[in-house]
Amino acid sequence: MLNIGQHISQEYNDELEDLRNQVLSMGGLVEQQFSDASNALLNGTINIAQRVTELDYQVNAMEVAIDEGCAQIIAKRQPTAIDLRNIFTVIKVVTDLERMGDESEKIAKFASELSADTNSMGFYKNLKHMTFIAKKMLTDALDCYARLDAKKALEVSNMDAEIDAEFEILNRLLSTYLLEDTKNIESILKVTWCARSIERVGDHAKNICEYIVYVVYGKDIRHVIDGKLQDDK
Amino acid sequence: MNNNKVELDQQLSETVGKPLINGTPKITCRDVNVFYNQDSQAIFDVNVDLAKNQILAMIGPSGCGKSTLLRCLNRMNDTIDGCSITGKISLDGEDIYSNDIDPVLLRAKVGMVFQKPNPFPKSIYDNVAYGPRLHGIATNNSELDDVVEESLIKAGLWKETKDRLNKPGTGLSGGQQQRLCIARTIAVRPDVILMDEPTSALDPIATATIEELMHELKSSYTIAVVTHSMQQAARISDRCSYFHLGRLVEVNDTNIVFTNPEHELTENYITGRFG
Ligand SMILES: Nc1ncnc2c1ncn2[C@@H]1O[C@H](COP(=O)(O)OP(=O)(O)OP(=O)(O)O)[C@@H](O)[C@H]1O
Ligand SMILES: [Mg+2]
Repeated sequence: MLNIGQHISQEYNDELEDLRNQVLSMGGLVEQQFSDASNALLNGTINIAQRVTELDYQVNAMEVAIDEGCAQIIAKRQPTAIDLRNIFTVIKVVTDLERMGDESEKIAKFASELSADTNSMGFYKNLKHMTFIAKKMLTDALDCYARLDAKKALEVSNMDAEIDAEFEILNRLLSTYLLEDTKNIESILKVTWCARSIERVGDHAKNICEYIVYVVYGKDIRHVIDGKLQDDK
Repeated sequence: MNNNKVELDQQLSETVGKPLINGTPKITCRDVNVFYNQDSQAIFDVNVDLAKNQILAMIGPSGCGKSTLLRCLNRMNDTIDGCSITGKISLDGEDIYSNDIDPVLLRAKVGMVFQKPNPFPKSIYDNVAYGPRLHGIATNNSELDDVVEESLIKAGLWKETKDRLNKPGTGLSGGQQQRLCIARTIAVRPDVILMDEPTSALDPIATATIEELMHELKSSYTIAVVTHSMQQAARISDRCSYFHLGRLVEVNDTNIVFTNPEHELTENYITGRFG
């Protein structure tokens, strides 16, 4: 596997390294956002829900700064091969990270509204499990990105199926509940929206894993069913 | 130190890349070795095809043998003392080094454009008319006029020169001179055009004009171009070959070479890494 920092131009190495560090710090912020949002939802700690929104300003600003950095490198360096795939991936990764931030914000908003609502408590067990996996996917995806570990990234991206399965179970449960207890439609819908957001975080983490595979192998595995990578690079 | 040498030999032992599948070979090189004097070898076991109506780019560090190989394709190396070649190079299936090939006729069929524009110290008209006169391409003056006009049009130089055909070719700008040299090459109706860093002395606008010209020319000719500009190779070529220490390391579709090259040495080179 080629290293980022082996260019003849040390300045170019520094620019790429700087970009990668920025992506990782942005990832750290989004991890914090999601963690705060899910804590607010599951433990009712709504005082930290506000922090999610505050963090979102930082996350958005970082997305803009990183995009700008990518544009500068493309204009100045005309990256090719792995450098091109790397820059292309940075642009995609920050988009997914920013969306995860938005999903976290939605969760935090519903958390505040649901905190006084005892009727929704019954579903938290399922939400908790989904959240746990989504959190792990996000952390592991960022870890794979930091180390450009494509093999691990493939494993992580497969975890998404677990969230999807859990989401489906929860949906069935919620529909049944809706039919039985029409008075609680509003809170049940809110729980559904939260579950949906958590499921989306898993999808975005999966996307990041797929980009990592693309950087390392030069192969696009998105929308490939049962895509297996043979060669060892 | 020794270990590095072994490793590099291993890395260079086999060319990677896709064989020519989308195209008909116009020129084929098989097991080509080139020597300057007995003891110094410049090209090692090169196998590569130039596809008809395609542009093949040749890239690689200085001294890796690009010009040497390019010059073999129209036997320009014959003129260099002590230069010898083994292996086989064919044009339309015919061995160009066989005894019944006349190198002068071969060079009309396989024309060459050099790094520095080198118009003859003659008028623009005579620069273009020189080859057709030599090879008897035009039988009378009006035919010759037509050939000159047609060649200048194809080289994208007609508009700028039609009112000054009797002025010296050396009075043109660098980019115009290079297009004049291309017109001169086209005038003898070649099948193949070889270009050795044709735009390295030109500004970006003149370069863009030549690149656009190459793009238009490839519908009628087969082109090989040596270039030090990765971006140029990426922009203009259909296939791209990477040479290292006299060996062909990789030849692949240009799309592959610049997004996901197969060989690590290619990747190091095109991304500007230490090799
Ligand atoms: N006329 C010559 N006599 C002896 N050796 C030569 C001659 N021409 C080239 N060489 C040697 O052959 C090798 C390949 O040279 P060549 O000119 O083909 O390289 P190149 O890839 O075109 O380099 P550049 O990018 O600098 O033009 C070099 O080691 C060079 O020194
Ligand atoms: Mg040369």
